[in-house]
Amino acid sequence: MKNKLRGQSKEQLLKLYYEMLLIRRLEEKSGQLYGMGKIAGFCHLYIGQEAVVTGIQSLAKEGDSVITGYRDHGHMIACGLDPRGVLAELMGRIDGLSKGKGGSMHMFSKEKTFYGGHGIVGAQVPLGTGLALAHKYENDGGVVFAYFGDGAANQGQVYEAYNMASLWKLPILYIIENNHYSMGTSVARHSATDHFYSRGAGFNIPGELVNGMDLFDVQTATEKALAHIRAGKGPYILEMDTYRYKGHSMSDPGRYRSKEEVDTIKQDNDPLSNCKRDLLAHGVATEAELKVLEQKVKQEMDEVVNFCEASPEPEAHELYTDVLIEDKQWPY
Amino acid sequence: MALLTVREALRDAMAEEMRRDPKVFVMGEEVAQYQGAYKVTQGLLEEFGEGRVMDTPITEYGFAGVGVGAAFKGLKPIVEFMTFNFSMQAIDHIINSAAKTLYMSGGQMTCPIVFRGPNGVASRVGAQHSQCFASWYSHCPGIKVVAPYSAADAKGLLKSAIRDPNPVVFLENELMYGRSFEVPDDPDYIVPLGKASVVREGTDATIVTFSLAVGKALEAADRLASQGVNVEVIDLRTLRPLDIDTIVASIQKTNRIVTVEEGWPQSGIGAEIAAQVMTHAFDFLDAPLERVTGKDVPLPYAANLERLAIPQVDDITAAIRKVCYKN
Ligand SMILES: Cc1ncc(C[n+]2csc(CCOP(=O)(O)OP(=O)(O)O)c2C)c(N)n1
Ligand SMILES: [Mg+2]
Repeated sequence: MKNKLRGQSKEQLLKLYYEMLLIRRLEEKSGQLYGMGKIAGFCHLYIGQEAVVTGIQSLAKEGDSVITGYRDHGHMIACGLDPRGVLAELMGRIDGLSKGKGGSMHMFSKEKTFYGGHGIVGAQVPLGTGLALAHKYENDGGVVFAYFGDGAANQGQVYEAYNMASLWKLPILYIIENNHYSMGTSVARHSATDHFYSRGAGFNIPGELVNGMDLFDVQTATEKALAHIRAGKGPYILEMDTYRYKGHSMSDPGRYRSKEEVDTIKQDNDPLSNCKRDLLAHGVATEAELKVLEQKVKQEMDEVVNFCEASPEPEAHELYTDVLIEDKQWPY
Repeated sequence: MALLTVREALRDAMAEEMRRDPKVFVMGEEVAQYQGAYKVTQGLLEEFGEGRVMDTPITEYGFAGVGVGAAFKGLKPIVEFMTFNFSMQAIDHIINSAAKTLYMSGGQMTCPIVFRGPNGVASRVGAQHSQCFASWYSHCPGIKVVAPYSAADAKGLLKSAIRDPNPVVFLENELMYGRSFEVPDDPDYIVPLGKASVVREGTDATIVTFSLAVGKALEAADRLASQGVNVEVIDLRTLRPLDIDTIVASIQKTNRIVTVEEGWPQSGIGAEIAAQVMTHAFDFLDAPLERVTGKDVPLPYAANLERLAIPQVDDITAAIRKVCYKN
């Protein structure tokens, strides 16, 4: 039997830890830059949920597809995207992934098969199901990872998508990141049932509840789900029990939950601390080695910020580009 | 040339494009086994199989999103709405997901998809099944909007729409499906998007219209000709991008314009043309533009009221006489 760390090499484990750290530092930096007025609009931070996307994407294969909602910065890091492209986009600069025209909620990377970044709650679920239809149509063996929130799980289109995905046996993993709140509305106040993993039952889609604060639990559950999907048995649902530390977006005063609630989770169940604890306990790395990693992330972030600050805003002519594809000439 | 119904022309366009490009497929309610609620997809299942002709559940929001997702990944879906009335449930994916993503991704994410189906007033089906979405969709950047009249245009434009790398909303008309027109035999016959067609030349006034109403405009023009008024008729064919140049060129000749559409007047296609004509052809007008539109009410069921609610040939002739100051 595999141990808690699932038999992963030191190199793999440190890479995972580094990735979670990078997501957290990027989000902290985004929060600061927002406070300084360098990022504007809606900006949804992923702090507290890092183990979910890091664990799941660690099991993705080349050619798989990823799609999520607006809380997307961490997902892009986990897909291997350069944090400079992410932060520059948040700052509305030309070096952003969308040339500054998408913003925090709308980022994409065809190269890394990351399909957004969608601002309409729940839209990514049928869109992801369509990506899965394309994988099946092309018979390319790819799987879709479609992430959405507990709030999104109440959208009717989610169930329309479940039905088609199961009916057509599409290769898709639905991941519900249950961070217990849909903006300011707790799960108890927005959902008739307190869990979401079983909501596929009516469509014959298996589901599982997972401790989303534990990187290795996330990996183990994902491995099982992917075995089901890659065997051609159709979709699978994973509900990740997780928590967001910051407000829903930057403009959230957070009166719907107590400081104690947030502090307790930060202290007792932080995904980064949990990972660090396991790495130390299993002798994967020493405190000193992890300190070095932390320094490295800090340095990388400083370089990222410097790059983004220097990146110019898009030129005025970009206003009218990318509305339609014009370069393909009729009759094509 | 072959005499084909609009229904056959649309089916042939899809079949030819599906033969040409394995990435093209059709999905929608009743498109496969039932052969289409209006039999537009007749024979496609037989030729292409269920992998490329997919019956969907009644789930417009869901399957529109699924189509857009598949297009993001490079497939070329033709999504049929049983009628465009039901596309209101899906309009979020048509606009927010299909039309905006190229822009929001800085040009990375393409969405080569066609949404097609019957649009506009059918016959005696009441308000919820009789609405024109031309102005709704043509309001939005990031998509093209097409609304053919003849079978030749239906075929040539649908082929262009399928090949176009952008999302296209393709508005058909149920009452046109059974009408026959001459269509070129050449399987490479294709009509460019964004170009209006002068379907009747004239010197005294211009009618600008699209879809079913082109037939009514031509009938009005015939009647007016016998009264000595020589009317030019423009079939827009594509509503976005709008071919304003063809309209302006016609006004420079006739100096008078009437727009005709089934949709409601406020913020309609006629309203848009009026605004553009004001900017581009004001000095050429000898009379204010006149609009003939559907009446500003939900469409009634009773036969007499339905007739009153949608543009009739008499309404068009009256409008032409008005802009010509002939009463
Ligand atoms: C269709 C739609 N309705 C409302 C909103 C506004 N909105 C944005 S996020 C959100 C809450 C979603 O919560 P959840 O799905 O739990 O995701 P989380 O923010 O917790 O990650 C709401 C109501 C929206 N963007 N789209
Ligand atoms: Mg939530």
